[in-house]
Amino acid sequence: MKVLIPSALRSYTERSEAEASGATLAAVLADLERNYPGIRFRMIDEQDRIRRHIRIFVNGEQVRDLAQPLNASDEVIIVQALSGG
Amino acid sequence: MARTKSKPAVGRKIQPAKARRILVMVATRKGAWLYHGDAARKSWRADGPHFLGHVISHVVLDPRDGRTLLAAAKTGHLGPTIFRSMDLGRTWKEAAQPPAFAKAPEGQTGRAVDHTFWLTPGRAADPGVWYAGTSPQGLFRSEDGGVTWKPFSSINDDPQFRKWMGTVQDGTPDGPKLHSIIVDPRDSQHLYFAMSGGGVHESVDGGRTWALLLKGLDVVEGFDRAQPAVHDPHCIRICPSNPHRLYQQNHCGIYRLDRPSETWVRIGKNMPKQVGDIGFPLVVHPRDPDTAWVFPMDGTAVWPRTSPEGRPAVYATRNAGKTWQRFDSGLPAKQAWWTVKRQAMTGDAADPVGLYFGTTSGELWMSRDEGRRWTCIARHLPEIYAVETAALS
Repeated sequence: MKVLIPSALRSYTERSEAEASGATLAAVLADLERNYPGIRFRMIDEQDRIRRHIRIFVNGEQVRDLAQPLNASDEVIIVQALSGG
Repeated sequence: MARTKSKPAVGRKIQPAKARRILVMVATRKGAWLYHGDAARKSWRADGPHFLGHVISHVVLDPRDGRTLLAAAKTGHLGPTIFRSMDLGRTWKEAAQPPAFAKAPEGQTGRAVDHTFWLTPGRAADPGVWYAGTSPQGLFRSEDGGVTWKPFSSINDDPQFRKWMGTVQDGTPDGPKLHSIIVDPRDSQHLYFAMSGGGVHESVDGGRTWALLLKGLDVVEGFDRAQPAVHDPHCIRICPSNPHRLYQQNHCGIYRLDRPSETWVRIGKNMPKQVGDIGFPLVVHPRDPDTAWVFPMDGTAVWPRTSPEGRPAVYATRNAGKTWQRFDSGLPAKQAWWTVKRQAMTGDAADPVGLYFGTTSGELWMSRDEGRRWTCIARHLPEIYAVETAALS
């Protein structure tokens, strides 16, 4: 599925979109990590919490649970919260 | 004032560094800069910004190879990491496994590293070994030059230590910190670290067990000094020429400790009363254990954390804290309301010693004569968090 990458993380992907697969948000993030080592820890802390100033949307809805099921046609958008600047 | 080289070093004779290029590593709230000086320390070339927009807490050169830099970084949005350069900052690569706490058992709330705050290289006999202190308080170690990091010792999840660490609300404004990680230059198994808050700790068995080092330290009025949680050491330094001696700038004064004694002596009582002995950084002389420098700040009433009366000055002792001398030549005489954070003042190993500090207002100052005269070598940087030096061949 398509994952939109915020500017702060493009040093890992070198572009604004990445392809990743997985049945859950956690699995998609793990796939991103395989392709772009280090990217997950910048978004997700060691307790598997989404970091305070990172937001993740699936098809326009904010997701807070990494166990959220995903479909191959879903669009995942990772954004930098306004609070973190 | 007597020249440094006229005083004998106690225990360990350390020769002045031969005239070599000086590298000054400046970590700021918005990136890192490297300043390359000539052997005379008179002209400086700025190399930066590195990691523009990243919060850089510390940049340290590995003294064992003279070319590897480690930078502790995060951004406003992204989690913490460590960047490594093996070519003095020309290229950087992220650590494969930055410092991170252990995952908490199911049902328990675990801690997450907000930022790595402090970096300490191991001894020459232990190539590749580094220690890191984090906010909130955590102690980590790398054995591969900073590529991978693991929790070190048992303190991160020890119930007693966790009680002493307190919560984020108990910590300093930018978060509670583990800092001042010191490896005895004679013995890799002999370690110190400090926590703000949480006190001073020592291990003589390589981190397997720790003992408190709190005797003699004052705490804020009304608190119980027997409780490590209320102790707030700001910066501790060991004397390279006499590792039996440590100096400490604390929330409540300036202290000296001469081992094997376990009792800190408040040498800040000898500072001028109108200036006081509150501050953050402390620098020790590379060859004279009787000499140290501090940068006092205003710790009265609401803790303005500015230079006292807006008149910044460095204070030096040449007799282990019996007396202090004010050095402010070249510094603003009035209306300068900045101060210097705990990692933002340091010295080099030349003779006479060069001193350097970075301000909260983004100025980098240096003295080529052990503090007597000061020159500003950079302005308009972001808030400076840390300043380190190294002599390059």
